[in-house]
Amino acid sequence: MSRLIEEKGKESESGGFIILFFILGLAASLVLGWGVFPKLLYSQKKQPIDFNHVLHVEAVEEGCESCHFFREDGSFSGLPKLAQCVDCHEEIQGEDPNEVKFVEEFVANEREVPWLVYAEQPDCVFFSHAAHVKMGKMECVLCHGHIGESSHSRVYEENRVTGYSRDIWGKNISGLKKNTWDRMKMDDCAECHAKNKIGYDKTSMETLPWPLNWALLPYEKQIGPKARVQAKKDACFVCHK
Amino acid sequence: MKKEVKNEKAKKYGMVIDLDKCTGCGACMVACMSENNVPFKEDESNKLDSIAWMRVYKLTNGKPFPEADICYLPRPCMHCEGHNGHAPCVSVCPATATDYNHETGIVSQIYTRCFGCRYCMVACPYHARYFNWWDPVWPEGMEKYLNPDVSPRMRGVVEKCSFCFHRYQTAMNKAYVEGRRKLEEDEYQTSCAQACPADAITFGDLNDPAHAVHQIAKPDLKHGGRSSNPNAFRLLERLGTNPKVYYLSSREWVRRAGDNYLKKDKTVKKLH
Repeated sequence: MSRLIEEKGKESESGGFIILFFILGLAASLVLGWGVFPKLLYSQKKQPIDFNHVLHVEAVEEGCESCHFFREDGSFSGLPKLAQCVDCHEEIQGEDPNEVKFVEEFVANEREVPWLVYAEQPDCVFFSHAAHVKMGKMECVLCHGHIGESSHSRVYEENRVTGYSRDIWGKNISGLKKNTWDRMKMDDCAECHAKNKIGYDKTSMETLPWPLNWALLPYEKQIGPKARVQAKKDACFVCHK
Repeated sequence: MKKEVKNEKAKKYGMVIDLDKCTGCGACMVACMSENNVPFKEDESNKLDSIAWMRVYKLTNGKPFPEADICYLPRPCMHCEGHNGHAPCVSVCPATATDYNHETGIVSQIYTRCFGCRYCMVACPYHARYFNWWDPVWPEGMEKYLNPDVSPRMRGVVEKCSFCFHRYQTAMNKAYVEGRRKLEEDEYQTSCAQACPADAITFGDLNDPAHAVHQIAKPDLKHGGRSSNPNAFRLLERLGTNPKVYYLSSREWVRRAGDNYLKKDKTVKKLH
């Protein structure tokens, strides 16, 4: 009888050890997955020149479009080339070391600044600024956030595996987002397109089951803002190239 | 009713190739390759490996000297409409990597969606689709000459002529900036049509009576888009693929070569 109790005690002791081991392992995995891994995944890069948006927005007349303008052929300038900067920056203005570096290294040598593009999309993506800004009358802030109010260039985080900017996946490693400009994945395009019923055609939704058609089936209800409606089924070529 | 209105507005980009004018120079092939970042191979004569979105075939009438005749036939993707967008390749693709766009009538190929099963290549009766057996390798420095509007393909995906769809995208961009939604005929032209020195290739909207392709091809929408022009034909027309590339030839044997006719058969036009 006493031996039986002893054995039972031993069993519960080893059981407790297993649970403790499990909890410790779980905690370690969580720390690794949520803390260490994202740090390892992204390399931190600095822009070649610390750019002050606030200063520039005050100095120019037409807001964002003064430097980020549409060319005559319908393309969007994105990051302006040196030619636009030279208009004002032929000579050093002020004493900021970034300004000195910019003029001496780039303007004087007629070298383009190798800016790191936060919003750079993969090669297969065709994004039309003209369609969204000119036709859709969308504000820059909606996708790019309040970048015009920054007085320093933030760190550019590059995914070591894919080489893409962290802005595409979003800061939050779990993929949650609070603002429209937190992420720039295909789902984020889809969310806005679904909400505004752009390229959303009920007739084409019935042809294929999810996920092939990227659209809600007639019996599905859209739950919350996280929709998976992309556009019509035949619309891949609109945003891909 | 609503659908009819929509169809009226829809564009249907197509091509007319005048085989009497084609000299077989191959300028369209070269223009296409450089425009669309088509990778070239060490041995381009290896037809299992080489890729040509636009390919010029040589046809002969097989007769001895006095009547011997040849004809060159450039073959892009036919962008088949089939019946209501059911192109042969589109209906077999398990990944929806290729699709018929009802707005432009262009059959798309989304390289990032394609996983390389090559079902579409089997389904395509025109051999217009090519598989990338290797990753493209560009000679050093040549990456700088690649077209930034076209994404290069990787190993393991299928590619084909897109009617230079990126040119449509950029032309639309220009139109948007100018506050338009409609394109002029000359704003969107394929690279092969522009490169052809003999002016044999005409490109435009088959639905727009103002466009040259419509005037030449005169597509009869009641009979599956068949041309009302007696000199016009489409490749393998009787399969019902409803292609959007029309060929013109004044020579009967060339028109007969466009489909598998038996000796006793007459060309489709005369049957009806």
